[in-house]
Amino acid sequence: MPTEASSPSTSKEIKTVSGITVRLCGDSGDGMQLLGTQLTNTSALAGNDIATFPDFPAEIRAPRGTRAGVSGFQVQFASHEVHTPGDSLDALVAMNPAALVTNLADLVKGGLLIVNEDSFEDKDLKLAKLKVNPLDEPAMENYRLVKVPMTKLTKLAVAEFGMSTKEADRSKNFFAMGLVYWLYGRNMDATLRFIHGKFGEGKSVVAQANEKALRAGWAFGETIEALGTSYQVDAATVLKSGTYRNIIGNQAMAWGLLAAAQRSGKEVFYASYPITPASDILHELCKFKNFGVCTFQAEDEIAAMCSAIGASYGGQMAVTTSSGPGIALKTEAMGLALMLELPLLVIDVQRGGPSTGLPTKTEQSDLMQVMFGRNGEAPLPVLAAQSPADCFEIVQEAWMLATQLMLPVIVLSDGFIANGSEPWLIPDVSKLTPIPIVHPTESNNPDGAFMPYKRNELLARPWAIPGTEGLMHRVGGLEKEDGSGNISYDPDNHQKMVQIRAQKVANAAKLLPPQQVIGPQSGELLVLSWGGTYGSCLTAVQKAQEQGLSVALAHIRHLNPFPSNLGEIISRYHQVLIPELNMGQLRTLIRSRYLVDAVGYNKIKGKPFTVTELLEKITEMTKTGNRVAQRTAS
Amino acid sequence: MSTVLPVLKADDFTSDQDIRWCPGCGDYSILAQMKKVLPEIGVPPEKTVFISGIGCSSRFPYYVNTYGIHSIHGRAPAVATGLKLTRPDLSVWVITGDGDSLSIGGNHFIHLLRRNVDLNIVMFNNRIYGLTKGQYSPTSVEGQITKSTPMGVVDHPINPISLAVGAEATFIARSVDSNIKHLAYTLKRAAAHKGTSFVEVYQNCNVFNDGAFSYAQDKATRDDTTIELEHGKPMIFGKDKDRGLRLNGLSVEIVNLEDGKVKEDDLLFHDEKATSTLVYMLSRLRRPDFPEPIGVFRDVLTETFEEAVLGQINESIEQRGRGNLQKLFNSGETWKVGA
Repeated sequence: MPTEASSPSTSKEIKTVSGITVRLCGDSGDGMQLLGTQLTNTSALAGNDIATFPDFPAEIRAPRGTRAGVSGFQVQFASHEVHTPGDSLDALVAMNPAALVTNLADLVKGGLLIVNEDSFEDKDLKLAKLKVNPLDEPAMENYRLVKVPMTKLTKLAVAEFGMSTKEADRSKNFFAMGLVYWLYGRNMDATLRFIHGKFGEGKSVVAQANEKALRAGWAFGETIEALGTSYQVDAATVLKSGTYRNIIGNQAMAWGLLAAAQRSGKEVFYASYPITPASDILHELCKFKNFGVCTFQAEDEIAAMCSAIGASYGGQMAVTTSSGPGIALKTEAMGLALMLELPLLVIDVQRGGPSTGLPTKTEQSDLMQVMFGRNGEAPLPVLAAQSPADCFEIVQEAWMLATQLMLPVIVLSDGFIANGSEPWLIPDVSKLTPIPIVHPTESNNPDGAFMPYKRNELLARPWAIPGTEGLMHRVGGLEKEDGSGNISYDPDNHQKMVQIRAQKVANAAKLLPPQQVIGPQSGELLVLSWGGTYGSCLTAVQKAQEQGLSVALAHIRHLNPFPSNLGEIISRYHQVLIPELNMGQLRTLIRSRYLVDAVGYNKIKGKPFTVTELLEKITEMTKTGNRVAQRTAS
Repeated sequence: MSTVLPVLKADDFTSDQDIRWCPGCGDYSILAQMKKVLPEIGVPPEKTVFISGIGCSSRFPYYVNTYGIHSIHGRAPAVATGLKLTRPDLSVWVITGDGDSLSIGGNHFIHLLRRNVDLNIVMFNNRIYGLTKGQYSPTSVEGQITKSTPMGVVDHPINPISLAVGAEATFIARSVDSNIKHLAYTLKRAAAHKGTSFVEVYQNCNVFNDGAFSYAQDKATRDDTTIELEHGKPMIFGKDKDRGLRLNGLSVEIVNLEDGKVKEDDLLFHDEKATSTLVYMLSRLRRPDFPEPIGVFRDVLTETFEEAVLGQINESIEQRGRGNLQKLFNSGETWKVGA
């Protein structure tokens, strides 16, 4: 347990700033993700608004010191509201040359650059494929470079524990952490609790060494002259009052499933096959067996989807999760679930594609796949989470739709929000409203056999489950007669059933709230966005509004069906801009549905939008007043 | 008070749907035996679920008045696993064919067996793709002429029993569509087994692969071409019970019992609980060199998948108490904003 006063106070000058963006980067084995997570939690506990962006390679341990192995974690913490992890960095911590050269471009001129100078020896430069030591380059003059012999100092700090050099070296990320904590006046308590919780209470040498390194890093900041000022970011006052915690997107998704299950009186059956970046939902959910959660790691993606169908037929809350390549494999079974008209959730945490693509990078390129990637006329509702915390909400909304309409529902997330985090106002569980589910116990056809496809006003069929006497029925992928569910090859029946299934999806709009607009209700430019780009788009639109530009944001969470008022909203603006991390998939849908000449802003780099680039595009479009001929004419 | 349980009859399991298999198809016999056996198992129709994939055999669920899913090609084992994990109270049957379970669904098949989910698989093996009109299947024999192999099949066929042994199935059996007594007995044994029961049924496709199993079906030949496995009994076959199987080193050999030189005690005795080595050896016995074993190859008891999975859930609840959402949300580091 911590013995000293956990957070000593600095005697140096403190400068108050409204927000800081910092990126920590090093080898993928250096513990950068851990460092970032700790800084995030600590900042959240300080009451800052936060947004994070972990960025790591697909390889678990790429060769040490190489550019391929660089892992980074970016966090923005502020006393004002933040929706993005920040465009450019106020400070960069680089643990080796590879990390430095691959990240330096994002550091602002005059920004603080902290490096572990012990790892800038010839062999390190060679690993990073550098001929010259970048620290000797004239470009360094653009930054406030602080060279810290972290390896040596950490070794000295932990010398008393008699660890090997290799073991001692493992504590250097905590040294770096201590330095960063000093720099931003962060309280070390939570991290000390973490250290002793994770590495062992009391006498654990590793825990003690890590604490020592953390404190040594802090003391180093307090001592060296190169750092004259530390920064203070006050608590954000804009957040709604209540109790908060930090939440990661995939974690929020898992917790949302638990909430949806509780609201509907079900238990979660969760089937999946490991895939980046969705696996953390499985890791999270398998901790909750005492909630009755049944997790099933299937033999493949298809089995995961099919087992969800079996569980749904049995009357349970069935969920399967994957990313683009896995969704492609599940496709046929998704069509079956649609034909069987069974409620279940298919969650797609998108990543860079096509094929294996960029497993650890973000993209929004599965929209068309989930909209149309099935044989036959096979529409399904599609919802998209807009931020890490929104994953909690959207998945409950999806389960509500699935059960009220008796349909599989697709939820889109992406690598950016799945791994990103933000403060989350903890809900009062007692105020969660029930999701009503009825399993019939009596036949809906007193004159004959039970009618599994007899529908209610929303066109939902009854969810009769095995074990119910008198309601035995068979379902299957063959076209069936409406009402009886018997196999039918009748042409008119097929047309009718295709239309019913389409109408059922369309009926989802009746259960969902109308589209909201942020900004003027009419004007020059409407930015239409969806999914994980919400934070960047909102921030860019807000900045444009501050500059007096006529621009509003409609961020779409319900992509199929579109909100019933969307067309009308679009018609109130002269221009429509659709920024997407793909080649223009939503734009294609919007253009075809509403016959509007929407403009795209498309980025396919595996990275989220920067606010700057979006603001530039918005400015360009609003300044030129490049109006759409057809629409202004009409 | 006494409760009189209604006595179920085959008719209770008959659905109102017209059967659409070709006249003369072996599937009719399997359906008839299933409907005969179901009332004897004692599980009511509403607690019984038939799950199939795609193919002629997979139309089966439509013809039984229970719950059922006619799923997609090869995936019935996965659908059934999901159902059984959430509804262990149900009696679940997977109906499949050689193409459905061994070709497109091969992966699910082996994983179902190795997990030992408590359900029954009945695989109708007709060594042909019937519903797509006559292409060769993974059990078609080498040289077989089919629509897609005009010069004969060159693939080496899968031996379903050997594969099941490899996947460590806990119940493995083989029967023949026309041998109705044996088939009914085998289905009953499968139902009685706790764990995954795998039954291969030699089934005649009289349209696309007629006579593929005539040697095992024909009353005149079947005593010589098949050997009925009986637990604890010596392996004797032949119309006159005049031949037996004996272990010679690591091989099985046929011995003649007529001259009295070989005694019954020298023969191989069938042991359903034996290690998989013996079961595997039996699975390799093929025509024309050997009679093909029918009956129960293996019947051993191990923990079922759902017992293990649900066991962990119950253990977790016992140890940690029933999960509380509010507690979970408030766990770890939290902070307050405002009043």
